[in-house]
Amino acid sequence: MLVLQEVAGAVPHNSFEPILPGLIVLLPLIGFVINGIASLVAVRDTSRERAVSPWTQRLPSIVAPGVMLVAFILAVMNFFRMAGAELHEPLVVHYWSWLPAGDLQVDAALQLDPLSILMTLIITGVGMLIHVFSVGYMRADPGYPRYMAYLNLFVFFMLVLVLGASFPLMFVGWEGVGLCSYLLIGFWFADRANADAGKKAFIVNRIGDFGFLMAMMILFANLGTLTFGAVFAEAPVVFAYSGPVITAICLFLLLGAAGKSAQIPLYVWLPDAMAGPTPVSALIHAATMVTAGVYMVVRSATLFALAPSASLTVAIVGTLTAVFAATIALKQWDIKKVLAYSTVSQLGFMFAAVGMGAYVAGVFHLMTHAFFKACLFLGAGAVIHAMHEGLHATHSHADAQDMRNMGGLRRYLPVTFFAMAAATLAIAGIPPFAGFFSKDEVIGAAWIGAGGASPLSEVTLLGIAGSTWMTFIGVMLSAAAFMTAFYMGRMMLYTFFGPNRTGEAERSHLHEVGWSMKIPLIALGLLSVIGGWINIDPHVPIVEWFTPLAIGGPAALHDWLHPVLVGPEAVIAANLPNLPEPHHAAWGILLAIAIGVAGLLTAWLFLKPDRLGTAEAEPNYTDTPGRLLYNKWYVDEIYGKVIIGPFQALSRGFSSIVDRWIVDGLVDGAGRLMHGLGRLGGLTQTGQLNTYAFILVLGVLVVLGAFAF
Amino acid sequence: MLTLNIALALSAILFVIGVAGVIVRRNAIILFMCIELMLNAVNLAFVALSPYAGIQGQVFVFFVIAVAAAEAAVGLAIIISVFRHAESVDIKNFSLLRW
Repeated sequence: MLVLQEVAGAVPHNSFEPILPGLIVLLPLIGFVINGIASLVAVRDTSRERAVSPWTQRLPSIVAPGVMLVAFILAVMNFFRMAGAELHEPLVVHYWSWLPAGDLQVDAALQLDPLSILMTLIITGVGMLIHVFSVGYMRADPGYPRYMAYLNLFVFFMLVLVLGASFPLMFVGWEGVGLCSYLLIGFWFADRANADAGKKAFIVNRIGDFGFLMAMMILFANLGTLTFGAVFAEAPVVFAYSGPVITAICLFLLLGAAGKSAQIPLYVWLPDAMAGPTPVSALIHAATMVTAGVYMVVRSATLFALAPSASLTVAIVGTLTAVFAATIALKQWDIKKVLAYSTVSQLGFMFAAVGMGAYVAGVFHLMTHAFFKACLFLGAGAVIHAMHEGLHATHSHADAQDMRNMGGLRRYLPVTFFAMAAATLAIAGIPPFAGFFSKDEVIGAAWIGAGGASPLSEVTLLGIAGSTWMTFIGVMLSAAAFMTAFYMGRMMLYTFFGPNRTGEAERSHLHEVGWSMKIPLIALGLLSVIGGWINIDPHVPIVEWFTPLAIGGPAALHDWLHPVLVGPEAVIAANLPNLPEPHHAAWGILLAIAIGVAGLLTAWLFLKPDRLGTAEAEPNYTDTPGRLLYNKWYVDEIYGKVIIGPFQALSRGFSSIVDRWIVDGLVDGAGRLMHGLGRLGGLTQTGQLNTYAFILVLGVLVVLGAFAF
Repeated sequence: MLTLNIALALSAILFVIGVAGVIVRRNAIILFMCIELMLNAVNLAFVALSPYAGIQGQVFVFFVIAVAAAEAAVGLAIIISVFRHAESVDIKNFSLLRW
């Protein structure tokens, strides 16, 4: 990974010729327009109190997954073209000049390189499967066309985010996905809690966006450009290694990434985002959008390589998030909340990886996580769907998402169970499932850094040496991995094992979901098994045993992403020429496997689904740690007291004093002043002709006098 | 030269009398007469100056007379109408359009 590639030939020349890259981005937008029209027609029909045109409900089922399928095929074709071609530098496709504002020249241009095409594959591929799933899951909803329109729009913005060739264009996608996230979280906006959750997500993200904007402005002030190619070429020349400016830029970028990718302290919106439809949670709040922060850090790897202390901060933030969120997931009863905190925790793993400079490991985990977490969320969606049908049959008001009301579902939802089981083994890190290879690489990077072979090992942060920090990161991530295995085992046990607690009458209505939902589950379950095999590193002990399984050659992902990481590697090679070779220890891998197995075993041995009661019968946690974790460490309450409370008090103060007396006073005062002046002027209008004549004559005399003298 | 000065002085006196009448009197008919007085004061000035300033002054006098005649017709009609309505031609009573 840290070997510098020799540039072949004097003039690098790309032989890669993309096939309609613009169309990949455009197709979801076309889908959005068509579904949007269908949605408007449906709304018009409803408002005129007549039957909704049937085509508005049928068309999105074809259009929405259809555009995704075509976009995915195009992405795959481009991927194979790129794989078969020589690509020495990112290929930038210019369309038009978007922001020609003085020194700031931004083109509407797409950047095609191994990283962006990989992200495009994940987005269109997983996205397509989730669109298909959504057809089954959302078809009966009155807002179905609107839902599909938003989903298509989301994919459009996400593709702009990853394919844009400059920071401003990335920011457009960044804001766009935030908007779609807001729209989809509050999709059932008639319920106030959902609308509030949408607002929370949007507002928390704004804090992050402030960081992104600040980083962009500082970059522009120093470099005079925001195009990726130019920024990453000039940054190592302009900025001093570990200098204050580049560190500030990277910390602001971290703030932006923390907002979008739900890291401490801005993670609070993601668990609430589960108010949206479950496929949305799978696509936006697990597989794609929330990984935008990770993508941004990898994209800006050259900048982060220049700012090692900021990188270490990224890693520490990620590690703390991973542990913190994992503890909360231990005690949640809502199946989607478990997965939400699990997502926050796994995003923490990715942040830890990219922070430590293990960019490939971060992207690798991003990819495998997209597979198994999408699978888990869709599985949860299938479970909730079945539960809803069961509870609906008897008009029961029991919570369809509460695991205490489930139990024994593997008999009723066998396909869902097997897909989710595969994904659970993947996230727990059991070999040879996908998550084992990626999570192992992340934790392995920490052990390597602890051994002094990382560019961050020499950095001191808060008076503590980098290698000590890395040991801390390794230990904490291992703890988080143990908790991950445990809470996933707990979720599976309570949902699928033991006796069924749904109720006698409801039980007969529990059915496996339809084919449109089964196929994406099976596909993602399969990917959760084999997804890790594209990056089996034969140089790592124990992992090498799995080399025969490798897809696309050993360590294929490392080779694939290598061209993207030439920049940061050059920075490190120039500034830290004496870095020791990284050394993978066998004990680290064994520990990772042991942790995963131990977590699942602990859940299996210590949790008794047989003794669990339903949500009504089973009281909430009464012991202090249980209460603390179930209530998410009371972070929302603390934020409410410390930030939102004072802020609202300040707002109230402003509204009752500044707004009411000063602003309103100014506005009303202006009106009153004019009114009074009018009164005063009105006095001259006596209605007496003589007065008018007199004033007229006076006026004439004044004018004449002016002429005379 | 002397005649011109006398004519202009007379014109000025007549005009001022007219202005003073419009300012101090309240009877609509009187006001009307004062306006006529002013118009004719101007006419006198036009005619007196025409040997020096050209024939246009005399032409303009005819226009003024014609307009004054039309004005008198309309104005007297309005005054009659007002009198029928209010039994008075005192302009002090007519201030309805004031705020």
